[in-house]
Amino acid sequence: MAQDLTADQALFQFLLRMGDNTLILGHRVSEWCGHAPVLEEDIALANTALDLIGQTQMWLGLAAEVQGEEKSADDLAFLRDVWEFRNVLLVEVPNEDFGRTLMRQFLFDAWHSIQLGHLMTSSNARIAAIAAKTSKEVACHLERSADTVVGLGDGTEQSHDYMQAALDYPWPYVGEMFSSDAVDAAMVQAGIAPDPAALRGEYDALITRVLTEATLTLPESSFGHKGGRTGAMHTEHLGHLLTQMQWLQRAYPGASW
Amino acid sequence: MKKVIEKPSVDQIWEWLDAVPDPEIPVISLVDLGIIRGVQWQGDTLEVAVTPTYSGCPATAIINLDIETALRDHGLDKIQLKTQISPPWTTDWMSEKGRAKLEDYGIAPPQAAGGPERCPNCQSKNVTRVSQFGSTPCKAHWRCQDCLEPFDYFKCI
Repeated sequence: MAQDLTADQALFQFLLRMGDNTLILGHRVSEWCGHAPVLEEDIALANTALDLIGQTQMWLGLAAEVQGEEKSADDLAFLRDVWEFRNVLLVEVPNEDFGRTLMRQFLFDAWHSIQLGHLMTSSNARIAAIAAKTSKEVACHLERSADTVVGLGDGTEQSHDYMQAALDYPWPYVGEMFSSDAVDAAMVQAGIAPDPAALRGEYDALITRVLTEATLTLPESSFGHKGGRTGAMHTEHLGHLLTQMQWLQRAYPGASW
Repeated sequence: MKKVIEKPSVDQIWEWLDAVPDPEIPVISLVDLGIIRGVQWQGDTLEVAVTPTYSGCPATAIINLDIETALRDHGLDKIQLKTQISPPWTTDWMSEKGRAKLEDYGIAPPQAAGGPERCPNCQSKNVTRVSQFGSTPCKAHWRCQDCLEPFDYFKCI
């Protein structure tokens, strides 16, 4: 499809990628509500989820405007099926334990904060405004997830082992955040967004600093799963997530209050 | 409801809005919070620009409703609320009056240093952070090491 994308089609895809990342991760993190190990962590997870879902309204709201089919952010969130989602695979993997959830959050927050930092100077004023707004919240997410990764990684022997396993499992999903395609090339050309591949150096420096402090070892494997941000192939987990998230709209189409 | 014969001045409207409490922290007004970014007449329609605090703050919808209700109670019927996200909201826009009221209420006001200056209950400077997140998106959870009371700190962003 890539060669024949119009400028608006490419922009729409880019906005879906931003909004689907925050939507799917926001939903995943919200699954912890009422289940976290202590009350403070429960509140922190719920607040993070809330920020991400609020950010989704802006990204998917703008995506819907660009799409020009009179749809809303809600339509895009609740009325699309798996193959139309453009989030990276990292955000759809199940929560599993608390360590895995916080490590996934850290690996995403680090990318998210760097990406938003670049988007603040986007040639698209709407995107720059959303980035300026959301980057403040994401700085807070990153501070917390990094602190927790260090606290648990450099904690007891047991918590260290949990966190090393929590790093080894999602590691093959990290590379997808830095893969580039024709949509990205169009964004770079229009001065809208940076080339994902160009963010890798900054990212590696950031996570290496935190993971070293956390006494964790970066996996050596460079194998990477991909297919989420292009929509080519999601994991089997996304469909299960959508059956929960979209249940109401599927059971009662058009329901509102 | 009063019927308005003449258009009230913009200053008058700011005064009315300064009487609308924040739904989550009712001791401060929406104007104290710094989220009313502009009030202007466009012909006979009043435009009010509102900026959200945090993107996902559930109070946003209630705030818009409260603004509209308050202005209607003062007799205005042509009101247009605009969401303005740029420049993004910062706690620097909070009024001095609002900061003092927050502290009286038991919430430590935001500080550029990134943490509360003192315990809002006993004024001790011996305070420690429990969590970056608190009871609402805009607050963090702290504790006083002297009076041992937990308290909310309004995050500086």
